[in-house]
Amino acid sequence: MKIGIVVFPGSNCDHDAWYAVSQNLREQAEFIWHETASLGNVDAVILPGGFAYGDYLRCGAIAKFSPVMSAVKRFAADGGLVLGVCNGFQVLTECGLLPGALVRNANLKFVCRPVKLEVATASSPFTHAAKKGQRLTIPVAHGEGCYIADEKTLDALQAEDRIALKYVDNPNGSLRNIAGVLNQQRNVMGMMPHPERVADPLMGGTDGLAILESLVHAGAPSHA
Amino acid sequence: MSSSQITPDVVAAHQLSPAEYEKILSLLGREPSLTELGIFSVMWSEHCSYKSTRVHLKKLPTESALVLQGPGENAGIIDIGDGVAIAFKIESHNHPSFIEPFQGAATGVGGILRDIFTMGARPIAVLDSIRFGRLDDPETGARNRRILEGVVSGIAHYGNCFGVPTVGGECVFEKSYEGNPLVNVFALGVFKHNEVFYGKATGVGNPVIYVGAKTGRDGIHGASMASAEFTEESKQKRPNVQVGDPFMEKLLLEACLEAMKTGAIVGIQDMGAAGLTSSTCEMGSRAGTGVEIDLAQVPQREAGMTPYEMMLSESQERMLLVLSVFKKWGLDATEIGVVTNDGMLRVKQHGVVFAEIPNRALADEAPRYQRPFSKPLRSAPVTGRAMASQDLKADLKALLASGDLCSKRWIWEQYDYQVRTNTLAGPGADAAIVRIKGTNTSVAIALDGNGRYCALDPREGTKLIVAECCRNLSTVGALPIATTNNLNFGNPERPEIMAQIVESIEGLAEACKFFEVPVTGGNVSLYNETLGTPILPTPVVGIVGTLPTELPVPLRFPKAGLTVVLIGGLGAPELAEMGGTQYVKVIQDGLWGTPPKLDMAYEKRVQATVRELVRAKAVASAHDLGEGGLAVALAECSFGDGNMGADIRLDSELPREILLFHEGPSRILVATENLENVLAAAQRNSVHAAAIGVTLVARVTIRNGNDILIDSAVEDLKGLWAHALEHLLHNPVLV
Repeated sequence: MKIGIVVFPGSNCDHDAWYAVSQNLREQAEFIWHETASLGNVDAVILPGGFAYGDYLRCGAIAKFSPVMSAVKRFAADGGLVLGVCNGFQVLTECGLLPGALVRNANLKFVCRPVKLEVATASSPFTHAAKKGQRLTIPVAHGEGCYIADEKTLDALQAEDRIALKYVDNPNGSLRNIAGVLNQQRNVMGMMPHPERVADPLMGGTDGLAILESLVHAGAPSHA
Repeated sequence: MSSSQITPDVVAAHQLSPAEYEKILSLLGREPSLTELGIFSVMWSEHCSYKSTRVHLKKLPTESALVLQGPGENAGIIDIGDGVAIAFKIESHNHPSFIEPFQGAATGVGGILRDIFTMGARPIAVLDSIRFGRLDDPETGARNRRILEGVVSGIAHYGNCFGVPTVGGECVFEKSYEGNPLVNVFALGVFKHNEVFYGKATGVGNPVIYVGAKTGRDGIHGASMASAEFTEESKQKRPNVQVGDPFMEKLLLEACLEAMKTGAIVGIQDMGAAGLTSSTCEMGSRAGTGVEIDLAQVPQREAGMTPYEMMLSESQERMLLVLSVFKKWGLDATEIGVVTNDGMLRVKQHGVVFAEIPNRALADEAPRYQRPFSKPLRSAPVTGRAMASQDLKADLKALLASGDLCSKRWIWEQYDYQVRTNTLAGPGADAAIVRIKGTNTSVAIALDGNGRYCALDPREGTKLIVAECCRNLSTVGALPIATTNNLNFGNPERPEIMAQIVESIEGLAEACKFFEVPVTGGNVSLYNETLGTPILPTPVVGIVGTLPTELPVPLRFPKAGLTVVLIGGLGAPELAEMGGTQYVKVIQDGLWGTPPKLDMAYEKRVQATVRELVRAKAVASAHDLGEGGLAVALAECSFGDGNMGADIRLDSELPREILLFHEGPSRILVATENLENVLAAAQRNSVHAAAIGVTLVARVTIRNGNDILIDSAVEDLKGLWAHALEHLLHNPVLV
């Protein structure tokens, strides 16, 4: 499995994702520069955390216009696996690959802390290594992680089993405690918590492996 | 060049003394132009030249087998083995943080980060030492709370976006800081030995390149605003506090590190204090060369800026290098000048020469003062009120809920303390630990100050701070190896303040020599006074150590049934040594007596003992005793997820308040399953150690003989401690 990690100007968890995939999971990982219009021969893409283009205007608002995002959209449309973490999740909602939006935390402050999550569905390439209902402890680190969408969208997400991860202790005011969502085709997932930060026993936990191992063992994209 | 404009008033407005102006005249052999005067004023300022302290700073030890770069460069460099080195330094941004807390603190973080990566090191950790007035002060509380909130969000904004973890620090509240908050930021970076870059403009004919943000009128020294020429052109006073852009800085970091790998860079320096001026003349001075620049080529944010303004601008996120990869990152990179062989700083604009000064005159010929000093300022009485506590448990609760000792989670949860996935121990630990990927080595960092001890005795107080940092490091298993320091004091022109500075530096020198932690750099912040009232003398010390990369031994008791051992002994302090403690601060609102006594040789042996035990995993937890003494340390050990407390039985002749709350150094609490191993290690090192109790779930009990001093549910203490800071911020009037 070869994972491409997109680097925007201002990405700062790119190296952490690279380290988790290549050093902790011993899979191939390579960086993809934001000006690249082709993803090469990667099997999956991670949009890492950070502050793409400084997050000026609105988180992810400028990133969606970058050449690499056109390539990511095509890749996703062809069934390729795309995981957006934190800022990556924000970029995915901005460019319409995922529904809803991420706005400022309810208390208006940045928050960095381990949070308890519940795996709301194991039926996805990003969560199949976990069990539905399983509790994971994965840290969040964001100022704008409050997930919102209109009621209709939220109902649809629930009805279609597309809420992948839910907060047990909601740190940011997200509606319906949503921490991660899937697209309709289930090959794109965004999540605010950082699985790459708990992929190494030295970091005080390995619950992030449930997500990352699901991804690297998801097999070749289905090209549905 | 017209010189008629340099009147005594203009000289004074630039905060240059008549004698200093005479020196400028003799160095130049003529009258300076106004631009030149501005250049001298910033380079010879206290901030840039250390003119009051340089003669004393020479007393500090600066060498060891591990020191690759001592003071004088942008940051010190220490060898940590495997061909890897660390660069680290601390800097203050006190005055700007008072004027504009958010941007003041944010640009403080930005400035120190540039100091680190300008040397070629990638920043991997930041710690902050911050001090404010009391949050519950009836008169100034609201302002103090606003400054705290602004500073914390400023640090968070810059560090989080830049992508460097903020892994620790300290936060103190004291009346004396209400008009002068202290914001000292420490940063540490990592690189290989062959990746080190210096700020030297070598190679005559080499192009001088400007990279980064455009130059604006921000940050131009306030003094310059008073000069005649600029009242005309600068109608409104520009902010003296700069505005930071962490995104720009992140791009600058990546571009600089990438450019360095190409081998094209000869020298590089960030434009920090005194901006374009300091970077040009310091790079030239270090290389013995000249630097000629054409201001017309400098990227500018606004039109109509004079050479004076451009040379003194402190716009953020700018770098100067002697030689290009910056297009990729979308940064302005412009050739603005050339290295010459005449040793001069020559500033031109559209062919007109606005300044022509020998680089050495600016960078190395700044005045140095032997300022007179008397006895250190001290207003605290020698003796204080007797202690006769009615309720020791209530006292302990008051301490745990006090601003200095309560949990600082509200602060550090706003910082990304994990980014880059190296943080083995983050905020709240005795010392922060970051691993160095690609090696088996981790770096531990402790940052500490104590204005109360130093107010009582600057020399002994400073030694205690060094001892405490080294003890913090040893408690997590690290061997202390090097020091940086930030000296925050009042007006050095007052002999009793100068005496505080001298005593403190000499104490620092003595302790750093003894603990073998040479000083590789630092910062001096003087004139921290408001309306003639100085801050408590506050040297802040940052010490780094190394240890093998492993899961850290926790601070908290991990399970029941462990033997609690106090290494170092209960101590035998006199009443006077209580006067500087948190107990006296919180319970009496007092400050008197002397700091705790320190036996450095004994301290070193205690540290060696705990370091050995922690590295051998012979202890299940370790926590050093600091402010608040034994009772507060025991409470902190019990505040883990499992509320694991302890049943402690002491046998001491000391008065109860002293026994529980004295802050004598050289003491560490460990919990262990191998009592014999711990006692044997202590014996080998000739230090006292005794089993004082056993861990158990949910309760903390401390008895002395048959006297029950403290008996409390862990939850009662923990709840107060955990939420006190939010309580102080939102419901500041405590009953």
